[in-house]
Amino acid sequence: MIVETGHFALLLAFAVAAYQMLVPLYAAEMGDERLMRVAPTAAVVQFLLLAIAFAVLTRAYVTSDFSLENVWANSHSAKPLVYKISGVWGNHEGSMLLWVLILALFSAAVAVFGGSLPPGLKARVIAVQGSISFAFLAFIVLVSNPFWRLDPAPAEGKGLNPILQDPALAIHPPLLYAGYVGLSVAFSFAIAALIEGRVDAAWARWVRPWTLAAWMFLTVGIAMGSWWAYYELGWGGWWFWDPVENASFMPWLIATALLHSAIVVEKRNALKVWTILLAILAFSLSLVGTFLVRSGVLTSVHAFAVDPARGVFILLILCLFIGGALTLYAWRAPQLQAGGLFSPISRESALVVNNLLLTAAAAAVFIGTLYPLALEAINGNKISVGPPYFNFTFGILILPLLLLVPLGPMMSWKRADAWAAAQRLWVAALIALAGGILSLVIQIRGPWLAPLGIALGGWLIAGSLVELAGRIKLFSAPTAVSWSRLRGLPGQAIGMTLAHLGVGVMVLGIVAVTAWRQEVIKEMSPQEVLEIAGSKVIFVGESPLTGPNYSATVGRFRIERGKTVLTELKSEKRVFLPSRQPTTEVGIYPMWTGDLYVVMGDQAPDGKRTVRAYFNPLVNFIWFGAVIMFIGGAVSLFDRRYRIGAPTRAAASEPVPAAE
Amino acid sequence: MINRVLIAIMAFWLSVGPSHAVQPDEVLADPVLETRARNLSMQFRCLVCQNQSIDDSDAPLARDLRILIRERLTAGDSDPQVVDHLVSRYGEFVLLKPRFASHTLVLWLGPFAILLAGFIFVLHKRRQQVAAPSEAPLSGEEAKRLEKILKDS
Repeated sequence: MIVETGHFALLLAFAVAAYQMLVPLYAAEMGDERLMRVAPTAAVVQFLLLAIAFAVLTRAYVTSDFSLENVWANSHSAKPLVYKISGVWGNHEGSMLLWVLILALFSAAVAVFGGSLPPGLKARVIAVQGSISFAFLAFIVLVSNPFWRLDPAPAEGKGLNPILQDPALAIHPPLLYAGYVGLSVAFSFAIAALIEGRVDAAWARWVRPWTLAAWMFLTVGIAMGSWWAYYELGWGGWWFWDPVENASFMPWLIATALLHSAIVVEKRNALKVWTILLAILAFSLSLVGTFLVRSGVLTSVHAFAVDPARGVFILLILCLFIGGALTLYAWRAPQLQAGGLFSPISRESALVVNNLLLTAAAAAVFIGTLYPLALEAINGNKISVGPPYFNFTFGILILPLLLLVPLGPMMSWKRADAWAAAQRLWVAALIALAGGILSLVIQIRGPWLAPLGIALGGWLIAGSLVELAGRIKLFSAPTAVSWSRLRGLPGQAIGMTLAHLGVGVMVLGIVAVTAWRQEVIKEMSPQEVLEIAGSKVIFVGESPLTGPNYSATVGRFRIERGKTVLTELKSEKRVFLPSRQPTTEVGIYPMWTGDLYVVMGDQAPDGKRTVRAYFNPLVNFIWFGAVIMFIGGAVSLFDRRYRIGAPTRAAASEPVPAAE
Repeated sequence: MINRVLIAIMAFWLSVGPSHAVQPDEVLADPVLETRARNLSMQFRCLVCQNQSIDDSDAPLARDLRILIRERLTAGDSDPQVVDHLVSRYGEFVLLKPRFASHTLVLWLGPFAILLAGFIFVLHKRRQQVAAPSEAPLSGEEAKRLEKILKDS
């Protein structure tokens, strides 16, 4: 009965989505303000209905109701509670339901927090959100319904893929989806603006916080996925250029470009046409990502052809929205007023270069991910595109961008003096140089590129700090003045400094672990010793262990440096019920200089264990950098200028204060 | 043909969890050769896995390829010779970095072409804007407002 209530709520939400799509659009076209007011209500109601449906499905998972086909196929009664809950989105149907739930949440948020929006724009934005929701609810209800029943109900479920039974992976999909779907708001704003034929500074100021929120979720979502891969997959890699990773990375790159170009619209009323295109592209790539991950096309083109119903449906949604949006864009964008002029050397131009490079980098990821599929579909030619391709093309495109990052904020709007901007960075250049030389000195073995990479990281970090120091007149004014200037800085400025600093920290981590990673592989019997990075790894022994839904062998390793025992690490080999699928738990000892990473491998015929030990220098900087970027986003998001003095359209025709 | 077999094996290996690549018994005694072998094996796809290099994979076929690479290197092959040998045996699919050829032109040049096109477009747009000053002269009311603002500040 409860399950039917959830199913019914899902169907009602589908109907409400249709209403939310059509009525406000009509009302806005007619200029009927009273009718437009149904839009926020519809958005909130749709969210509540989907929340009920989702809660019901969650309950079915928690109570192991195997009369639901979806629960039976993806859950098991012996699973720990947290993984029963995360199992709701650990499968196709449930994750699509989560997708629309988050979409509805964003629509409802626009409805609730969009108080200052002009009624017409607000109604249209919510209507476009409704149309996306309608399409995906049609998909769920017709071909991917989690509420389908089994009769008779099986006694036990098939279980969740054990490598998904992990805390980081339990919250990774919701975060990632919040990012993907959050970009729908920017998309809807772009479509609404195209329908209205009006883009101005106020529009940009409304769009930016939504994009920023989505970008923040994407940032931590991707970082968490990478962290999971690092400690769970058992060979210490943190990024594989896997199509599934690329699917989330492309929207991130475009969202990053969008964040930057929206600044130009907001401050200088320029780049409007381009910003609209980016808003469309960012969400389009989210849809592409959803298609790639959810249609099975990645496993192989053949898997897609065997069960095409779902894939074709998503492909249809994809074509409809991307095609429709781009058509509307081609038709309406030329009518948008061109913005102000700026010199080739100016903050605007710097942001244009940022956008071009980010877009080209996203294109490299896009082409690399889809080219093998396209080629095979066209002439059956099978090629592989892997990390060497991406490292090369993406690297070439992203490197100039990273070099230019500290320069951008030093440029003034409209017309800047590049030489003066560069001069202000001499301290940063010195620090970068020192970092490079220092790493060259301590580098025992490693590629000659590594010190340059470290210098790049130092350049980014020092560059953002120098910019901040200049802004608060550190060292050139009394400390008290600097302190009060720092406190008076807008959140956006501090947010930018932090985000750029985070990029630098991440670059340091990437360079260090790529260039100086150490690896030792050895067959060991108990009490044997392995030496790595100045530490001794002693194989203490192994013992059996029984977990809630797995049995395991635990290998224990004592880590010593000199005479001191640093820690004891455990690495497990688990075999999960009921699938008999094996997984590995690695032992990680984090230090300031990097991680000691120990994995127990298979047993050799002579009873010895294959043990792999890695030293991953500064690897945590990668995720630490992502967290700093996230915090930067948050600081910027809570800039009081977004909340106080909400922009109005009348103000938009006034000169926008150039104060940054 | 081979494809069908590959997919069957792939389906099997996809269901298998984490991987542990290079085994101790594979490692060559000569560290220089071993480093070359490791670098090479990162360039080849494990044919029966999804998106893994043979360096990362513990599939038996990946191990065979790793051993094959080491055999060729020990026999005195240069790196390109090893690559050619594997491609002739397993086809271009084995390469994670596709060769630059007519059928990979878009792949290799696409991103850079997009960047170039973007730059040309921006420059063209700018020239247009400069040639035709879009900013209309101030209307009488605007001029008055400007004057007021200047006086106030």
